[in-house]
Amino acid sequence: MAENTEVAVSIKDIHKEFILPQHKNSTFKQTVVNIVKQNKKVTQKVLDGISFDVNKGDFFGIVGRNGSGKSTLLKLIAGVYTPTAGGIELHGGLTPFVELGVGFNPELSGRDNVYLNGALLGFGRKQMAEIYDEIVDFAELEQFMDQKLKNYSSGMQVRLAFSIAIMAKNEILIFDEVLAVGDEAFQRKCLDVFEKYKSERQTVIIVTHNMETVRRFCNRVVLINDGKVQDIGGPREVADKYSKLNQDEIDRSEEAKYSQVQSSPIGLSAAFKGGKKSGNNFSSGDEIELHVKWSPEHTPSRMLINLYKRTGEYLLGLAAPLENPKSRSEITLKMSPQLGLGNYFFTVEAYNEKGNLIGDIYHAPGFTILKADIKGMGEWNGLFAIEHTWE
Amino acid sequence: MKYLHPRNRAILREMVITDFKVRYQNSVLGYMWSLLKPLFLFAILYIVFTYIIPLGKGIVHYPVYLLTGIVFWNFFVESTVLGAGSVVSRASLIRKISIPRYLVVISSSLSALINLGLGLIVVFIFALFNGVMPTLSWLLIIPIILEVFVFTLGLSFLLAALYVKFRDVTYIWEIVLQAGFYATPIIYSLKSIPEQYHKWFFLNPMAQIIQDARYVVVTNTSITVWSTIHSLAVVMPFIVILLFVATGSYYFKRRSKYFAEDI
Repeated sequence: MAENTEVAVSIKDIHKEFILPQHKNSTFKQTVVNIVKQNKKVTQKVLDGISFDVNKGDFFGIVGRNGSGKSTLLKLIAGVYTPTAGGIELHGGLTPFVELGVGFNPELSGRDNVYLNGALLGFGRKQMAEIYDEIVDFAELEQFMDQKLKNYSSGMQVRLAFSIAIMAKNEILIFDEVLAVGDEAFQRKCLDVFEKYKSERQTVIIVTHNMETVRRFCNRVVLINDGKVQDIGGPREVADKYSKLNQDEIDRSEEAKYSQVQSSPIGLSAAFKGGKKSGNNFSSGDEIELHVKWSPEHTPSRMLINLYKRTGEYLLGLAAPLENPKSRSEITLKMSPQLGLGNYFFTVEAYNEKGNLIGDIYHAPGFTILKADIKGMGEWNGLFAIEHTWE
Repeated sequence: MKYLHPRNRAILREMVITDFKVRYQNSVLGYMWSLLKPLFLFAILYIVFTYIIPLGKGIVHYPVYLLTGIVFWNFFVESTVLGAGSVVSRASLIRKISIPRYLVVISSSLSALINLGLGLIVVFIFALFNGVMPTLSWLLIIPIILEVFVFTLGLSFLLAALYVKFRDVTYIWEIVLQAGFYATPIIYSLKSIPEQYHKWFFLNPMAQIIQDARYVVVTNTSITVWSTIHSLAVVMPFIVILLFVATGSYYFKRRSKYFAEDI
């Protein structure tokens, strides 16, 4: 990174406001009425003084919660919106799209759409003809190219769009949440492409909610919150801050919800206690406790407690040992999970003798691992720590 | 000139080709409809104004005369209606990609221009069948096409930018077109109008364009702005066109930055 600090995109004190008239003046009558009534226009500040540079060769991440203004920022960089104040300097061609398959026409064949989309991305017929085979290869759609796009499945359309986007590439690439599409095999392919970009030092700007992606690919990340730069720096620190931001929000919004979740038919409830610590933020390896209760008259004969990562991974499923179920109406699970950074939550499922589900709690207590320091482990990354030795 | 940047040319070409391919998708006769539509309108008007209300009486080569008017007027309607809706109908594109906005307007005008070309081929064939002698003056149709194209482009810029903010535009424009159809000598001849009013007709550039087209293709008895006004005022229709092109492109350029958020 040190030897190459040429700036690719320079964002200087960008402000963006949207005017939200209470009644949109979309007919002359309304306009006249609104002029007479002197309705005040309400402006919504979306971005409030954002500045940062993206260097050539950066794999630059933009993260932020929904509504933080990151998509607006991306559209400003792409030139779709005009900033209210401030400026953006581009040094090099930019693939000017924020969504895949822009301009795709369902009535055209796959082949025609490749050329159409290519032109919109700034590539002429000749240039597209040169990379056409590669695009089709990558999308794995050889036998479908002469069919109309409307007969493609949505997955096929996305594959085609993504293939064009990565083949018809400019000096600066912009991606907005593209990894949310396609099946697993295709997603893996996309990650491979990102891997390739990273090693080629292709300048990439990506907006994503996925902290795994951020940690794996980005070398610099900016965290946008309420239209301002909250943090900018290395992927680990910023991703951690983002996770914390999210956990705070989840805590706030779900505190009340948890007490309600408890009222399942058998009076199942789960409460979470973080060993000696209060709150829901932990370091890897801290002890945590989960108390599960149920009403004595509805004792389950079998109970499963599952641990998930909030991004969806199923980490652990435990069958609670209810040897003498009649005599108890609660159980406590204690564990010291050596988990990687991220948000986690438990689910609880209770079954009767016949194996029918009689009560469950989804998205039961959650917690966040904010620090992944484990004694003797040194620096590590991933889902969880595995004991190991070095020789 | 940045307007001819190969990148923008590529976009224009792809958009026009797409329009061309998609327009008559799923219709059996396909692109024939571009020819059939004006021909049917012509047939109806011809029957009405030859047999029922004989407006066409005494006009030499009335069928060709009528068809020329219809083909040009059709272009005017098609080009401005498509142009007015061009930005809004491509909202998904405008909101997501930063291609120059004027390209969508130009592409819709070019699509209409293709139809004008096809229509004119029919006009020439008709002219030959009707006994009009082909002359070199037919070539003068080219600058006239250019003129009408520039005129409709200017109007389209204005209408397209206005339409983003005010959805009434298309309704108002429909009425204007309806009135324009009768204010322009398409079905009737200027000869049936008292001569002192002729100059007022030529305030309308479409009247000048259609009369000139008739003059060069059909008959040199067609009353043109040149034969009506013998002073500097003869440039009036061109000034009107220039006015529309100037306001249209100025307003469009000013508003186009905000299309993505206004649509």
